[in-house]
Amino acid sequence: MNSKNISQRAAFLVLKTASMATVAVLAIIVLYIMSNGLKHINPAFFTQKPVSMGREGGIAPFIKSTIYVTSVALAIAAPVGIGSAVYLAEYSRGLTPVRIIRFCTETLAGIPSIIFGLFGFVFFVIFLKLGWSVLSGGLTLACMILPTIIRTSEEAIKTVPMPYREGSMALGATKWQTIVKVVLPGSIPGITTGVILGTGRAIGETAAVILTAGSSLRAPVSVTDPGRTMSIHLYVLTMEGISNEKAFATAAVLIMFILGINFAANKTVKLMRRQV
Amino acid sequence: MTVRPYEKWIQTLLFMFAAVAVLTVLAITLFIFKEGLPVIFEKGILGFVGSSRWAPLSGSFGILGMIIGSVQVTMGAIALGVPVGLACAIYLAEIADGKTSGIIHPGIELLAGIPSVVYGFFGLSVVVPFLRNHLPGNGFSILAGSIILAIMILPTVVNISESSIRSVNADYSSGSLALGASHWQTIVKVILPAARSGIVASVILGMGRAIGETMAVIMVTGNVTSIAGSVFDPVRTLTGNIAIEMGYAAGEHREALFATGVILFLFIMFLNLATTCFFRKAGDIK
Repeated sequence: MNSKNISQRAAFLVLKTASMATVAVLAIIVLYIMSNGLKHINPAFFTQKPVSMGREGGIAPFIKSTIYVTSVALAIAAPVGIGSAVYLAEYSRGLTPVRIIRFCTETLAGIPSIIFGLFGFVFFVIFLKLGWSVLSGGLTLACMILPTIIRTSEEAIKTVPMPYREGSMALGATKWQTIVKVVLPGSIPGITTGVILGTGRAIGETAAVILTAGSSLRAPVSVTDPGRTMSIHLYVLTMEGISNEKAFATAAVLIMFILGINFAANKTVKLMRRQV
Repeated sequence: MTVRPYEKWIQTLLFMFAAVAVLTVLAITLFIFKEGLPVIFEKGILGFVGSSRWAPLSGSFGILGMIIGSVQVTMGAIALGVPVGLACAIYLAEIADGKTSGIIHPGIELLAGIPSVVYGFFGLSVVVPFLRNHLPGNGFSILAGSIILAIMILPTVVNISESSIRSVNADYSSGSLALGASHWQTIVKVILPAARSGIVASVILGMGRAIGETMAVIMVTGNVTSIAGSVFDPVRTLTGNIAIEMGYAAGEHREALFATGVILFLFIMFLNLATTCFFRKAGDIK
């Protein structure tokens, strides 16, 4: 074997090792947190209130807050995001407004979550007088996940073949009828993935929510109540050194949520691809 | 084409939805600058970004230490994360078979999905104690922050580099192989240079993610406001400054935190513009 082949083999081995290391790091993080967290999780952990700042008891109010905040974010970001994507993909004709919209979407995607937090605090909490609440937190998160939903939906809509649209129009359908009956059904798997990805980001987000949703220990009753999400709770438990066991357990629950969401995203795409 | 009256309304409605992204960017810029600029003007730009004395109680707001801290932690993350990410991208685009990439791709997707507070928690429970036991310092350090951020920027670097490597014209590599070059020589001499702009863009995007990351960083870097002399020293980043003190700040102190946000915002805008430029270049090559 000549030296050319030897150096190629060595190089490919290095590349392979780096790739395996990436997966190994993921496995280490997930396994470490799960193995330390699962032993502190029992059914009561999901159903009970926290006792003495979270030193004892469960995280029921925080699961509720997380679901509330995420739902508010999705209820706003999903329709607005999908609507924007339809506009960009179907109605735009390379005009200046479209270029501006696209530039702003990219910009929004790059803005750090702490800036969203500052904005949410000064705009929703103070300026709109919504206070530290589920609503403020959800609205802030909606701004944050909007670009994710717009981008994935737009890409999904663009993959629907042109002849489908032309066929529908040729049959006398209007543009909107074509979008609703032909384009959207064809791009549902991609759009769903985008929405699910946005959900994942919303559930795990901390910096933007801690400044806008507050960190009340009580469960929110309405959207105007403050709430502490699971990620905020994990942060507080760790930084204030309240309870390492509960922190591991909360981190494990968060990871389970994220694993579940990723699994759901992959499954829905597969299921729907089969149907379409 | 049939035009119904509601068609026009729907188009207008969809346009309004699309305008939300624009309005949000405008509102964010407006509100952050409105809150932050007064302090910067009052202290003078040099007094704010050129001084490293941060003592909110006595009215000293110098964020030089945090600017340097953010840059140090980000550079460390790039130095550790980019080689691994690029190697992974080359492997996925050029070498891996379907089965291997079927394991690595979902892994990287999941890596991108793990919340930053969980990374921070992992860093605090594993990386910091490890550094404390084996290296100088107490573990809370630039190095700890860089290690965690290096892991967090991997998905960005891998995904964008991989797609820019894949989009290199196949004729280039066929030509190189036909001239007798090995696959590895082709990768180094032909494919990587052709994918250069996209790879640079992925690194800049990774920088943006690293400099903007908050929770993971404050949990492992120690957050002292002095300028660090070595990678084993603790440090405070711009993001950390905002997140840690926002909870209790009021008046001018709070404005100074918004001003910190203004500086962070400018950093990010600069990196975004740089990315766009490199993506445009990458588009020219294809």
